Amino acid sequence: MTTTDRCPVAFPLRRPGRPFPPVEYADFRRTEGLVKSTLPSGVPVWLVTRHEDVRTVLTDPRISSNPSHPGFPRAAKTGGVPSQDQVPGWFVALDPPEHGRFRKTLIPEFTVRKVREMRPAIQQIVDARIDALLAAGNTADLIADFALSVPSLVISDLLGVPHVDRDFFEAKTRVLVTLTSTDAERESATKALMRYLNRLITIKQRRPGDDLISRLLADGTISRQELTGVSMLLLIAGHETTANNIGLGVVTLLSNPRWIGDERAVEELLRYYSVADLVAFRVAVEDVEIGGQLIAAGEGIVPLVAAANHDGTVFDRPDEFDPERSARSHVAFGYGVHQCLGQNLVRVEMDIAYRTLFSRIPTLELAVPVEELSLKYDGVLFGLHELPVRWSSTEE
Amino acid sequence: MVRISVDTERCVGAGQCVLSAPDVFDQDDHGIVTVLEEPADEPARDAARQAGLVCPSQAITVAES
Ligand code: HEM
Ligand code: SF4
Repeated sequence: MTTTDRCPVAFPLRRPGRPFPPVEYADFRRTEGLVKSTLPSGVPVWLVTRHEDVRTVLTDPRISSNPSHPGFPRAAKTGGVPSQDQVPGWFVALDPPEHGRFRKTLIPEFTVRKVREMRPAIQQIVDARIDALLAAGNTADLIADFALSVPSLVISDLLGVPHVDRDFFEAKTRVLVTLTSTDAERESATKALMRYLNRLITIKQRRPGDDLISRLLADGTISRQELTGVSMLLLIAGHETTANNIGLGVVTLLSNPRWIGDERAVEELLRYYSVADLVAFRVAVEDVEIGGQLIAAGEGIVPLVAAANHDGTVFDRPDEFDPERSARSHVAFGYGVHQCLGQNLVRVEMDIAYRTLFSRIPTLELAVPVEELSLKYDGVLFGLHELPVRWSSTEE
Repeated sequence: MVRISVDTERCVGAGQCVLSAPDVFDQDDHGIVTVLEEPADEPARDAARQAGLVCPSQAITVAES
C-alpha cells in the first residue's frame, strides 16, 4: 500500500494538440497505487487507469454511483451527474438494488435479438441520410450530416420522439456534455429537456404509439415521474456517444479500408477511441483498497476507461488500431451492473453506418489534412467537432 | 469438458455472452441469460470461456472438469 502526497495532477488531462488518450495515462498505469487529481471544482479524486483496477472499481459494492453520497465527484467545473431529486429516474446514478428495477424493465428492449430486429429500420435511416448527402452535392460535414443524425434518429424512433424536435434536444444535450458549461446553463438545459419529455409523455398517455415510452407507460413498473428521467437518460446517452465514435471511426477506416464491413473493426474502434472516458464517476462509501491504494470513505473515484483500454498488459501494442486482436474485454461501455444498456444498438449502428457509407460513396475522402481535424477537448465525450469530407461528383 | 452455470440474479442483460458464444448462450424474453446447450467442441468451449471473461456482472461460470 502507498500513501500519496505527490502533487495532484490537473484534470481532465486532455489538451488541444495532444494525442488521445493523454500520454500521462501510461505513466499513471505504472504508478504504484493510484494517482490523485483535482477536479476543476477543486475536489480531489483518485484516477484509476489499469484495466484490472477499473473493473474492480466498477464492480465493488463499497463504491457508489449515487451523487447524493458526500464527496461524489463532479466532472465539470459545476454540475455533473444529477441526483434523483433533480432528475427522478436517472438510474445510471442509482446503486443496486434500486438500480435493478430500472435495468430489468429496460433490458428486454435492448437484447441482441431485439436490436437485430431493428436492423432494417436502422438501414433505412442510414440510406436516407446518404441520399440526402448525395443530393446536396459532393462535400459534407460528416459529423452533423451523418454521424450525429443517424444515432439521433434511431433513438428518437425507439423512444417515440418526433424528428422535428432533433435540433432542440441535440442542442440541450450539447450543453450537458460540455465541461465548461456553467451551472445556470446546465440547469436550464436539464429543465428544458424535462419539461419537453414531460409533455411528450402526457401526449403518449392519451395516444399511445408503437414506441418505448408508450410501452413503459403501459408496463407501469417505472412511475410516470421516473419515466421523465429514464427517457431523458436514454435520449442523451443514445446519440452523442455513438456520434463521436462513428465520426472518429470513419477517419480510421479511410486509412484502413480493408477493415470496412468487418465486425471486429467496430469492436476495436470502440476500444481504441473509448469516447466515454469521463463518463463513469464514483465515490467510496466505505474505506476500500484499489490497486494497492487505500481510498477513504467519501473520496471520489474516476475510472478512466480510455486508460484501461490502452493497458498494455491486456492489449498488445495498445496504441495501434488492430481489429485482429481480441478487443472484446474492453471497458469502453463500462463494466458491472451499469455496463452500457445501448451497447448492442451501438454495434449495429456502427456496422450499418460504415458498410453503407463506404459502399455507397466509395470515393469518400477527407477534405482537410487529418492533422487539421478539430478534436473535442471540451467535452465529457471525446470526438470530432467537424469532419469535412468530399467525394467525386459522379457518384450515383 | 466444461460445465457452464449462470446466475440469473446477477445477470444485467448486456448480451455480451450471446455475442461471444451464440450457440451456447441466449437471452430470454426478459433479456436474462439462458444456456442453450453445453459447448460441444473446443471452439465452442473457448467461446464460452470468453463469454465468462467479458460478462460484466460475472454471472457466468465455466468450470473445467
Ligand atoms: C459509442 C457509444 C456509447 C458508449 C461509448 C457508451 C458508454 C457507456 C458507459 C461507459 C456507460 C457506463 C456508465 C457508468 O458506469 O457510470 C454507459 C451506460 C449507459 N448507456 Fe451507453 N454508451 C454508448 C451508447 C449508448 C446508446 C446508443 C444508448 C441508448 C440506448 C446508451 C444508453 C446507456 C444507458 C441507459 C446507460 C446506463 C445503464 C445503467 O446504469 O444500467 N448508451 N454507456
Ligand atoms: S454477458 Fe453476463 S450480464 Fe450479459 S447477458 Fe450474458 S450473463 Fe447476462
